Amino acid sequence: MRYLAAKTAGEAAAALAAEPGLTRILAGGTDVLVQLKSGLVEPALIVDIKQIPGIAEIVAEDGGYRIGAAVPNAVLGEHAGVVAMWPGVVEGANLIGSTQVQGRCTMVGNLCNGSPAGDAVPGLIAANAVARIVGPNGQRDLPVADIPTGPGKTSLAKGEVITSVFLPARPARASDAYLRFIPRTEMDIAVASAAVSLELNADDTVKAARVVLGAVAPTVIVAEEAGRICVGSKLDEATLARMAAACEAVAKPIDDKRGTVAFRTKTAGTLAKRAALTAYTRAGGTK
Amino acid sequence: MKSIPVSTTINGDPYEFLCAPDETLLDVLRNRLGLTGAKEGCGTGDCGACSVTLNGRLVCSCLVLGAEAGGAEITTIEGMADGDELHPLQRHFIDGAALQCGVCTPGILVAAKALLDKNPDPTDEELRYWLAGNLCRCTGYDKIIRAVQAAAAEMRGA
Ligand SMILES: Cc1cc2nc3c(=O)[nH]c(=O)nc-3n(C[C@H](O)[C@H](O)[C@H](O)COP(=O)(O)OP(=O)(O)OC[C@H]3O[C@@H](n4cnc5c(N)ncnc54)[C@H](O)[C@@H]3O)c2cc1C
Ligand code: FES
Ligand code: FES
Repeated sequence: MRYLAAKTAGEAAAALAAEPGLTRILAGGTDVLVQLKSGLVEPALIVDIKQIPGIAEIVAEDGGYRIGAAVPNAVLGEHAGVVAMWPGVVEGANLIGSTQVQGRCTMVGNLCNGSPAGDAVPGLIAANAVARIVGPNGQRDLPVADIPTGPGKTSLAKGEVITSVFLPARPARASDAYLRFIPRTEMDIAVASAAVSLELNADDTVKAARVVLGAVAPTVIVAEEAGRICVGSKLDEATLARMAAACEAVAKPIDDKRGTVAFRTKTAGTLAKRAALTAYTRAGGTK
Repeated sequence: MKSIPVSTTINGDPYEFLCAPDETLLDVLRNRLGLTGAKEGCGTGDCGACSVTLNGRLVCSCLVLGAEAGGAEITTIEGMADGDELHPLQRHFIDGAALQCGVCTPGILVAAKALLDKNPDPTDEELRYWLAGNLCRCTGYDKIIRAVQAAAAEMRGA
């Protein structure tokens, strides 16, 4: 195995593209080092991206925030501006692992590791976050929603490196929330999860809603119909029940020792309801 | 595999070492530098026995490559006592019998100090969440929490 601490994103992309064997990008390493330890993954090349200038910074841009790909989630959680604008994104990111893991892990690593249960991913997709990607042929922007393609798989081409994710600006009366179910209170993998992002009208009705579910399909999924059902309502009981049913309808979970299909399906709907109510209150809505 | 030369700072002292590209910081500390305070419990980030700080952040040294330590500031349990003078956390762990086998203890001390540096007066709940990544098979945690709180109180001058 070779280790390269790239000095630019272009250098990282070129090295990854030129390596015929297995490669890994090293952000926080909290997935990569576990894979190395297991011996199941033996990369020929590891490219550390943390020395690339600016990649560990959070920058205000166009009323939103650009989060560098190497910003540890603990640092994200200490950024008052991002926490105020996108509390749901931050709470998902901050649920990952322990204090020790938080000091290292990144949202982009969570996304590119490709787990359908990744806790940072539903919030980013609900936020319509956009990834900036540098590859051997230059730079492109792609919605985060288009990156996961299956367990452990992404749509990134060989040599492509995400350098940042952009969280867009939002109106004053808007917020988001993320919830996961785990059998204990810390240090576990989501059995089901939900992120909800809402914008409200002046009369407290929902103007726009995006509902995203984790751990109930091969990738994180957008529950489009569930979002549409919220629009125009003040999230009354009947609307929330229909919204939860729409979540259950799109959930296609697996059965394993951590949760049955029936349990995961029902839990996804329930978490979506609760996350919607939290986002509604955070956005300043009163019923 | 080609060895990588690394210069770093540990507990305020400069260190230079050669390591393999896939060698963890934990293995470097223990096997190359003789700093055996950090323990390997799991090697996969779950137990916290290998906790150190890297540029001021609490991390699992089993999840950091030795090669990543270049130019960094690291602190380990070996840097906690001041010569023969134990840190208040260390003293209260002994006085309060907050350890049995001791394998988790260096990691818990480093983690607890990182919290108290940031928040000198944590609630028990804050402390328990902060230490959720530090597993102890012996004590049942209660004495650990009490020892950290006793040390925190002493450090606040209370
Ligand atoms: C003890 C422990 C507890 C954990 N708990 C949770 C949890 O509760 N929830 C959860 O979701 N996860 C959890 N994880 C998994 C892991 O911490 C997260 O997935 C984390 O966000 C990964 O980020 P990283 O920066 O460490 O990624 P890395 O390990 O550095 O990289 C992960 C993957 O992403 C790729 N990658 C990294 N950066 C980029 C980039 N910029 N562009 C393209 N590809 C890239 C790498 O090639 C690699 O395949 C846990 C892990 C541990 C060890
Ligand atoms: S040995 Fe590092 S967390 Fe267990
Ligand atoms: S004292 Fe034995 S593991 Fe904690």
